[in-house]
Amino acid sequence: GTYGIAQTVRELSVISHSQITRLYSRFHSLDKGENGALSREDFQRIPELAINPLGDRIINAFFPEGEDQVNFRGFMRTLAHFRPVEDNEKNKDPNSGEPLNSRNNKLLFAFRLYDLDRDDKISRDELLQVLRMMVGVNISDEQLGSIADRTIQEADTNGDMSISFSEFIKVLEKVDVEQKMSIRFLH
Amino acid sequence: MGLLESPFNSLLCMLLGISFTVWFTLLLVFIVVPAIFGLSFGIRTLYMKVLLKVFEWATLRIERGAKEKKHLLYKPNTNGIIAKKPTSLEEELKEIRRNGSGRDLDGSSPTFAVSDIFYFCRRGVESIVDDEVTKRFTAEELESWNLLTRSNYNFQHISARLTALWGLGLLIRYCCLLPLRLTLAITGVTLLVVFTTIIGFLPNGRMKNFLSEKVHLMCYRICVRALTAIITYHHSENKPKNGGICVANHTSPIDVIILASDGCYAMVGQTHGGLMGIIQRSMVKACPHIWFERSEIKDRHLVAKRLSDHVEDKNKLPILIFPEGTCINNTSVMMFKKGSFEIASTIYPVAIKYDPRFGEAFWNSSKFGMVSYLLRMMSSWAIVCSVWYLPPMSRQEGEDAVQFANRVKAAIARQGGLVDLLWDGGLKRSKVKDTFKEEQQKLYSKILWDHNSSP
Repeated sequence: GTYGIAQTVRELSVISHSQITRLYSRFHSLDKGENGALSREDFQRIPELAINPLGDRIINAFFPEGEDQVNFRGFMRTLAHFRPVEDNEKNKDPNSGEPLNSRNNKLLFAFRLYDLDRDDKISRDELLQVLRMMVGVNISDEQLGSIADRTIQEADTNGDMSISFSEFIKVLEKVDVEQKMSIRFLH
Repeated sequence: MGLLESPFNSLLCMLLGISFTVWFTLLLVFIVVPAIFGLSFGIRTLYMKVLLKVFEWATLRIERGAKEKKHLLYKPNTNGIIAKKPTSLEEELKEIRRNGSGRDLDGSSPTFAVSDIFYFCRRGVESIVDDEVTKRFTAEELESWNLLTRSNYNFQHISARLTALWGLGLLIRYCCLLPLRLTLAITGVTLLVVFTTIIGFLPNGRMKNFLSEKVHLMCYRICVRALTAIITYHHSENKPKNGGICVANHTSPIDVIILASDGCYAMVGQTHGGLMGIIQRSMVKACPHIWFERSEIKDRHLVAKRLSDHVEDKNKLPILIFPEGTCINNTSVMMFKKGSFEIASTIYPVAIKYDPRFGEAFWNSSKFGMVSYLLRMMSSWAIVCSVWYLPPMSRQEGEDAVQFANRVKAAIARQGGLVDLLWDGGLKRSKVKDTFKEEQQKLYSKILWDHNSSP
């Protein structure tokens, strides 16, 4: 209800009322079963998402561990990662903790796309699986294997043959994450 | 005293008799006769102007009322709700990699960067927030309120005057307009069935064709008035001729009535049972329409053969086809099925654009059945639309059916002010084909290999 939305607004602290209304309208139009929650099928009905090679991983990011339904609050929380960082300047509140759309949290979102089993490490196997999703049948197993090996070799600093979150951050330190992982509202 | 002898009852009967006579005379004079001759008194245009003034007032009143009470208004998003960057996969990956890593690349194997994922991720989330396809299958949102609660998201009790106006509107629409329109619709359909059956008994020839034309036009015009449809036809010099195929964007079954009240066409469609079946069977007695059994539609060769046989006969009317194959919400034109573009004949494109302020014409077939849709149509204010007849087009040398179809579609979209989409209207009900995802994967793989060849 409205209390829940007000709570969410406080949490997210950077989304305006009209934007929440729009997102709610969008949530409602995706919710074909009209039960106040979205299932994975509801997301897969979006053609542009269905043809995205990482579509399933992105959909997965909306669902907490072991759950099959996401309500509006969860929907908004996940989308909040993509708010542009500049908007935070208007709402500097020392007690609110790190906002969901900070550079760190955006990187964490991307990290979790690779980390299939949510064990906070990207193993060679996980990297291979995600690579396979992105290239389809167009690159051979051997070449994909060597890509994975090379990527881990470059990123891995502590020698455990997998990429931890801090190693992930280090690899991407020169990349403009804030811009690449942000979605700007028109109003 | 028996009921029949009561003077009150005879008075009642007399009054009923008189009102029916007056009603039918008015009907005849103002609607049926002009329909036969294609004339108009201009009453509907006046009605439209009055309605617009009322809607403007209503919208301003709502906005003022909302400001006073400090409610926030929901303003519909006509141009999309997020800013989407039009960069391609290739451009973005190059940009990220240029800035990201300073590695030396030797070009002998595909190169991957961990940051490649950002593009797919952002695009995916953008499509979750706002995509181009799913919003085409529901009615467009309006910016001003047209006194129909079905299209209003802000309706609260703002002022007594506004609510009274809305109530009055409700009364007028359901108690005056709806019965009138139903009467007309029944009249139109009955006349169509009866007259076409009668004409069916005539021998084939010029007289039969002439009469069939007149009867069809008259009945469709009555139906147009049954919907209070105010149609503006542009460029009538490009009207479809015999031996051609007329192609138009599809928003609702009413499209047929709108086009057929201005010209004569051979319809194409599936045979139905019930009332539709009766209408179809009688129509085909007067002039050759093309009705397919459900099983025949699957056989593409059969369909193509029947259509080409029809267009080759120059005495037969132009065929009317809606290549999208399903109803779209009139903000865009979706993929045209190539079947009708493979037949060797001239295509006459037609663009139809409805004005949603007076009544939403889009048929959301997953939400409303045909009957409830028609009732909604008849209880709206009016159906206002513009029809543009575009110059005829033919397939050019070296152009295949798909390219030709896209060319025609682009012309229609441009004229009607609609968004030209490549997506298939069939996505309303079915899932997108895997081949599209495979194309994306192929594109990305190509970039992995080619990254080294260009700076």
